[in-house]
Formats: sequence, C-alpha cells, structure tokens
Amino acid sequence: MSDNNQNTNFTNQEFKVVGSRPERPDGIDKVTGRALYGADTYAPGQLVGAILRSPHAHAKIKSIDTSKAEKLKGVKAVLTSKDLPDLVGGAGPNYDILVNCMARDRALYDGHAVAAVAAIDENTARKALKLIKVDYKILPHVTDVDEARKPNAPIVQPGTRTANVEPAPTKDSNIAARNQFGHGDVDEGFKQADVIIEKTYKTEQTHQGYIEPHACLASVGPDGSGELWVTTQGHYTFRTVCSTLLGLDIAKLKVTSSEIGGGFGGKTHVWMEPVALGLSRKANRPVKVVMSREEVFRASGPTASTSMDIKIGATRDGRITAATADLRYQGGPFPGMWGLLGAMTSFACYNLPNVKTVAWDILVNRPKVAAYRAPSAPMAAFGVESTMDLVADAIGMSPVDFRMLNAAREGTRASYGPTYGPIGILPTLEAVKNHPHMTAPLGPNQGRGMACGFWFNFGGQTATDLNISTDGTVNLTIGTVDVGGSRASMSLIAAEELGISYDEIKCNIGDTNSLGHNDTTEGSRGTFSSGMATIFAARQAIDVMRERAAQKWEIPVEEVEWKDGEAHAVGVHHSNLIPLSLKEIAKASPRTGGPIAGHNETVADNAGVSFASHICDVEVDPETGSTRVIRYTVVQDAGKAIHPQYVEGQFQGAAAQGIGWALNEEYIYGEDGRLQNAGFLDYRIPVCSDLPFIDTKILEIPNPDHPYGVRGVGETSIVPPLAAIGSAVSNAVGVRMDHVPMSPPRIRAALKAQAASEKAVSAG
Amino acid sequence: MSGVHVTTTVNGDAVEFVCPPNEPLLDVLRNRLGLTGAKEGCGTGDCGACSVTVDDRLVCSCLVLGAEVEGRSVSTVEGMADGADLHPLQSKFIEHAALQCGICTPGFLVAAKALLDRNDDPSETEIRYALAGNLCRCTGYDKIVRAVDDAAKDIRKAKAKAATKTAKAKAKKAAAK
Amino acid sequence: MPDIQFSGAVRQAVGDVASIHIEATTIRELLRKLVERHPRVQSLIDEGLAVSINGHIYRDGWTTPIPPDAEVFLMPRVPGG
Repeated sequence: MSDNNQNTNFTNQEFKVVGSRPERPDGIDKVTGRALYGADTYAPGQLVGAILRSPHAHAKIKSIDTSKAEKLKGVKAVLTSKDLPDLVGGAGPNYDILVNCMARDRALYDGHAVAAVAAIDENTARKALKLIKVDYKILPHVTDVDEARKPNAPIVQPGTRTANVEPAPTKDSNIAARNQFGHGDVDEGFKQADVIIEKTYKTEQTHQGYIEPHACLASVGPDGSGELWVTTQGHYTFRTVCSTLLGLDIAKLKVTSSEIGGGFGGKTHVWMEPVALGLSRKANRPVKVVMSREEVFRASGPTASTSMDIKIGATRDGRITAATADLRYQGGPFPGMWGLLGAMTSFACYNLPNVKTVAWDILVNRPKVAAYRAPSAPMAAFGVESTMDLVADAIGMSPVDFRMLNAAREGTRASYGPTYGPIGILPTLEAVKNHPHMTAPLGPNQGRGMACGFWFNFGGQTATDLNISTDGTVNLTIGTVDVGGSRASMSLIAAEELGISYDEIKCNIGDTNSLGHNDTTEGSRGTFSSGMATIFAARQAIDVMRERAAQKWEIPVEEVEWKDGEAHAVGVHHSNLIPLSLKEIAKASPRTGGPIAGHNETVADNAGVSFASHICDVEVDPETGSTRVIRYTVVQDAGKAIHPQYVEGQFQGAAAQGIGWALNEEYIYGEDGRLQNAGFLDYRIPVCSDLPFIDTKILEIPNPDHPYGVRGVGETSIVPPLAAIGSAVSNAVGVRMDHVPMSPPRIRAALKAQAASEKAVSAG
Repeated sequence: MSGVHVTTTVNGDAVEFVCPPNEPLLDVLRNRLGLTGAKEGCGTGDCGACSVTVDDRLVCSCLVLGAEVEGRSVSTVEGMADGADLHPLQSKFIEHAALQCGICTPGFLVAAKALLDRNDDPSETEIRYALAGNLCRCTGYDKIVRAVDDAAKDIRKAKAKAATKTAKAKAKKAAAK
Repeated sequence: MPDIQFSGAVRQAVGDVASIHIEATTIRELLRKLVERHPRVQSLIDEGLAVSINGHIYRDGWTTPIPPDAEVFLMPRVPGG
C-alpha cells in the first residue's frame, strides 16, 4: 500500500484534506446507472446516423451512387465527402482529420468512411447503407511498417517527401519524416565500451480499448448554431476542429462532454463527430451516431506498430558510454509525430554522455493513429529496457544496480535535450531494490523482471470558475474532462484552499459555453492543470471574501487573513473581532457587493516529468507458451498524490494495459490488408481472471512548478510493463523475446528455436 | 417489420412494450424503457457492460431478444438499490474506488450480485472467474475484486445478524410456550 | 545571453546546427529573432514548439523571461494520451 500521509518535502506544506481518500462525488450516479455517457441522451426528433466504410485497404473511389439510398423511405440525409468541402486549404493536420472523417478520392485503409446516412431508425439506416453503390478501383496496399519503407512499396500518400532530410528527397516515399535527438559523440562513446549489445525489436499495433464506443448526438440548425453532446477527452478542441471543418462560428457550436467511458488518448481525436454534424445540418434534425465495436477497432486511432534497432555500450564497471536507437513507427495513412515521441522518450531515464536517437515516421494503410497513454514511449522502452538487461547480464551486474548507476538525476542532460530539475527515477529504483517483491522466492517456470519508464506530462490552456452560493456551498466548474475521478481531486483542492468541507464543493465539467478554452485532457494534465487553476480561482475568491470582511469590520483588507475557512482580523487593534466564516460572508454577499466568485485562466506549464519502475513475476507454460503474470508491483513518482486511491488506480490501470500489450493484444492484418480481429473476442484485453492484484507504491518527489508539487500520474506506468514482462519471461524460460506481444505462439516458437539450437550445439 | 407485443417485469414493475422481433433486449431497455444503465460496449457478448439478469440468470442483454423476455423478470442496475439504500456492492464500489470511468460498473455490479446471490463467501479466484466476462479497461480489476470481497463480508454479516435475530425470536417463542 | 539549442525538425530548419547564439530576454523576443534569421522556423512555431528554459518546459507563455546564461532548448510540442 502507498504512503499517503507524506507532506510535500519540497514545499514543506501541511495538508488538511489533500492526500485523503473521500468517496468520489459522482459515485452514486455511476453505481446506479444514472450517469449519462455518450450514447445515453436522446433529442426530440432525433435520427440515427450510420457510416459506410471501405472494405479495401487501399482503393480509388471512382464514383459513389447514393440515389437508391436517398429514395428509401425514412432516410433523411445521405452524406459523402462532397457535403464536407475542404475549408482548410488542402493540407495540414485539420485536412488530415477531414480526409479521415470521410474519404475523398481514395479509401486509405480497411474501415475508412466513404459515406453516411441519417434515417428514422437503425434498421432503415442499415438498409440505406446497403443501397449505396461505391465503385472502387483496388490499389496495392502496405500495412507493415518495415515493408512500407522499402523502395518499391506502394505509395500511401502520393506527394509525400521525407521531411528533415538534406538534401530534400526528389521521390515520393512512405517515410513522412526523420527526426533526430541526442548529444555527445556516439562513435567515440562506443569505442570506450567494453561491451556493446545491439538488437532489433518489433511491436505490434494495439488499441486503447476503452469500453465505451465513440458516440455523439449532434444538432445543427439552419442558422449555423449547433450543439454536440459527445464522449470526448477535449470538448473545446472538438468544438474548434468541428467548427473549422464545417465552417461554423466557434462560439455558436456548444459542445458538452458526456461522462466518458474511457479514452486513454483515443478520445483526444475527432473521428465521426463532423459527420454527425454534417448529417444533422443536411437533415435539419438531431442525429445520433454510435460506433459499433468493430468500427472502433477499424476506424478509430490505435497506437503505432513499430520496429527498432537499439544499441547500448558500457564499460565493465557498468557505465554506459554510448547509446543509439533507430526507431520506425507507423501512423496510419497520415503523418504523425509517433516516431519522434519514441525518439524523445527512449533513453530519458538515463544519464548518457553520448546518445543519438533517430525516428522515422512511416505511412501505411492502417487506421489513423491516435495517442495511447504515454504515446510511443512503451515501444521504445521495450527495446531500450530489454537491451539494458542484456548489457547488465553481459557485465555481470544486476539489472537494478546497472540502472541505478546510470539513472538520470537532477542536473542530468535529458536525451531529448533539456537538463532535468528534481526527478524521481533514482528513488523509484531504490524503492524497487528494497521492495520485498524483489527477493520473494520463485517456483519452476517462473521468472522476475523489472523495467523503468518515463513520460513528459503536460499542462496547457486551462480555465476554471469557482462560485460561492449564499449558503456557503461552492460550485467549481472545470474544463478538463473527468476521465478517472478527477472531480474528487478538484473538490479536495478547493476544500483545502477555502478551508471548508469536501462535501460542500460541487465540481462540474463545464460545457464550451460556460468557460474559456481548455486544452484536451491529455498528457496526464487533468489534476495538474485544473488543480492549479482551481487553487488560483479559490485564492481569488478568498481575496473577495477578505475584502467583504474588511468592509464589515471597517479595517484595511491587508489586516484580514484567511485561515481554516474564516476571515480573521490580524493585528493588536482587532483582537476583539470574532472571525467571519465563509458561510457568514456568503450569506451576507447579496448586501455586500453581490456574488462571490473566483476564476482563473492560465497556461499551466511545467507539468513535471515522471518516472516509474515496475517489478513483474510471470509463469510460462513451456508446453503452450502461455504466460501468466503472477505478481506485479508498480512504483511511480506522483509529485503529490491529491487523492491517493485514484492515483493507485491510474498506476494499476496503466500496468494492466501494458500487460495486455505485452502478452496478448495486437492488430492482425490479412494479406488483403483487412483487419482480421476487430472485436473483443479476438482482440483479447486482460480479463479479471488473467491478472493478480497489482501492488502500488506512490513516491512523492514534488514538482517545484506546482503549488502542491503535483506531477501528472496517468500515463507513465504503461511504459515499463512490456520490457518488465519480456525480462521476466527471459528469466523464467531462457528466451529473450524481441517481438511484442509475447503471445503463446511466439513464445512457443522461441522455445522451439532455442531447443533446436541447443541440440545443434550438443550434436556439434 | 411488424412489432412484437411483450408483457414482462423489469426491476419489479409490470412493463409492456412493442419491439421489432430482431431487437435486442439491450436496445429495448435503453431506447424504449429509458433504462440506460446497461451499456453497449460490443454488441457481441464479449464485454459484459450490458449485463442484466433474466429470471435471476445473468445474461448479456445484447444477446437476448426483447421478445424473449415475455412473462419473465428482468433486473438491471437501476433496480439494485432499495430506494435511497444502496446495495452493499454499490457502496463498496464507491468506497474502494473500484470504478474510474464507470462505463463497465453497471455490468460488474449486476454480475457481482449474481455471484454473491449464489455464493456469499467466494474466494479471490472465484470472484475473478465470475467476473471474467466483464471487461474493465481502467482499473486492472484490483479494486473491483477487493470491493466485491468486502461487500460479501457485509452481506454475510447482515445475514448472520438476521439469523441470530430469527433464532432469538424462535427461542423466545419456544420459551413462551 | 543564451545559446539556443535545437533538435529534430528545428535543427534542420536552422541549417543543421546544434545551437546558435541569440540575444533575448523573453520567449517572444527569442522566437521573433530566430524567425528573422531562419524564416523556416515559423511553420514549426505555427505547428507548435515548446521552449525549455533551464529544464522548465513552456508550451506557451511569450512573456516568460529568459535569465542570462540560461540553458534554452527548442523542442517539438508533444501530445499525450
């Protein structure tokens, strides 16, 4: 269990309620079925929207005949790309989103939307889709990241020339961009190494796998005003993107984020929402669009599949002298920054004198890739951490000691550029080294592995409102989406600042009409940035209350202090003044100057990098290759855990996703370029009986740039599991897996190959 | 497609509806009866988010037709609490933070209740296998298993208390005779 | 006054050098002077850059002061999940 009563040692702050574990304010709604998610609202006269998707991996769309569908009784609108004209200049990220929403001249992947209908009910909508005739000319396709780099590979996006390469290429390619990071001289560094290990790894594509499919209810009137109820991680960003694509005024589109049934990055991106708005505009009626699970898999952003070469050199006494990574990440048919993120994060845990990472962002005929929890970091960490173990083994050091010796610390230049402030990689490693899990006995076919992970964390634009009612209860309106209990954390923060009870705060997620722009809830920023804005909003409201008290007492405001939910007059002259509580000041507010509120608009920078180290025990069945995680421990730096129970929940959930990625989950494409496992039966995410309890240890190395020391916590712990499990498998049965997922067939094949080579050796 | 007229019981209330013969019970509950507590995560019986019981049998309501519940008794998450009193599972899910996004929670609660109704002292393994048909992507199941285990304790305590009370009453009655 | 260090696409846009010297006291001044010397950087700024000053990473904040002898690093602005 975690240490949940530590105070922030950087700031020496004593907290009254922050760090406690109250019940979440939306708990009752969520256990009684009252909470409303993306598909749970209905509008008068609403239509059902449905989308026709390409069955081909790559095809020219010669023509689309919608006439029969339009004539079907009950069909109110049919939409193709003609109804979504290009208003964004034919290039750039918004154009890519537009093309992804509705294919224009070519279908770029199996599942790419080509047409849509709105009809009075689901049966009619499905019938109408069948009546749409699309004349395709099938084009050659490529779905594998390595195949796509070959010179003779089919070109996914004609006109693509590799960016950041000198001299500028003159031929089309599927390599969208090259990016390089690092410092020092790696050639010189490798010369100083006693041991050099170089290895190639591959990871398959996985999906965020949120249980709630994408869903929205869109309504656009002839006056250009609209409303969108949608499951999203960023309703303000959705508003901006949808308005831009549809030519609406941003202020006239009201976007409300429903309760969100999981996102993990997949709901940072607009998928079918512009289509729903387009259908509504055409039909002049509300339109509800809910993706099926198959559509979620085929057409909403998975993470990249990758291949990479990792090379690490070290001296015999365990100092890394040089490290390189060459990383190939595919982003689907559109350029992304997925390889770049892999290159930035790959060696971020370590203090390296010479390091070079090169990223190649590749285009293939697969769905448009979206962020998935610490996007791109887990794959690079799989390669790097597996190689770290091989080096440690070669020089005869324990994996933990080798990492501790080379861990980054305050003042280390990060492999991606800047110099670190106070960071937590070393404390997480020390905690792992001293954890009883590390010395617990193991049975036959069992093995233990450990690995580290890094994520940046982000802040971003944030706006928050805090309004005090006349009975002293408080409405806190935030603009980041509550993806995992953050309303509880925000209420704790407001209670801490104001000095009132947690139960007296009501935290709501504001729609886009009620607050200024808030960036998407991504990059583990929710508690960090809305927490920061809540602190400042509360302090502003406190200033107003101090003024009200000063007016009443007829003393200067400077002589009023706020303490424990009360205004206190300070100084020798006021010793007879009885403190005024928040409730008393709030009750008097109508007569003392009107409503009391605080608000804050900020760019919350410096979210504070975070590190995690994990320990994992597995048992491998040598007959079947099936692998079971039997014990798992997460150690991660949270900066300051506002609500430790939900911090633990983030650690556990991230680890579970990493375990699924490591052992089972993968997109499987056929020769025809079609996704073969677009459902939860064949794309198997971990179920309850697959996992053990996941132990957590929260470390609190405060982020100096947050008033409470908070760092983001949501993402980092998906980074280490792939490598931790890889090492555990290696220690259990002696095969070092270089391909994720380490599914039973792959492990069995590795065991067979090993047995064959041992046989050959003994025969020779 | 002409509709089927169905008379059934939902959460103890007599209910009538007309639905197309191919319409899943899940769609009936959500779109005709306004009970959106059961969620559609897959539509193919793989995720358990739409779990309900039909005559006390745990089912995925996406795999049962609305027309099939004629004359039966359907229970959903909306029927779990007794007025303002939450079922012990509901309280324990909140107390243990056994939900993050909460989309899978109604299905887990219904499935866990089906388990505890037949076995109020399940082992960790029994809990894990009983809930293996329900997918959660947020929690790693850790806090869910703990919440179900803790709720089972509460239920056993309540049963023991009720049994003592009945025994005492019986003894009192016997003594009076 | 700081040497501005680069990586990735930014480095290409300034002619593949690891760092250049710019007199600037705020992020705004730094970016303005950088674009004056290397116009190709403008499109990268439009796409989104982050500025690290002594290890503190700013995604926005034009008025943020740059102390003398600060370590300044221009890097891509990256998303999260």
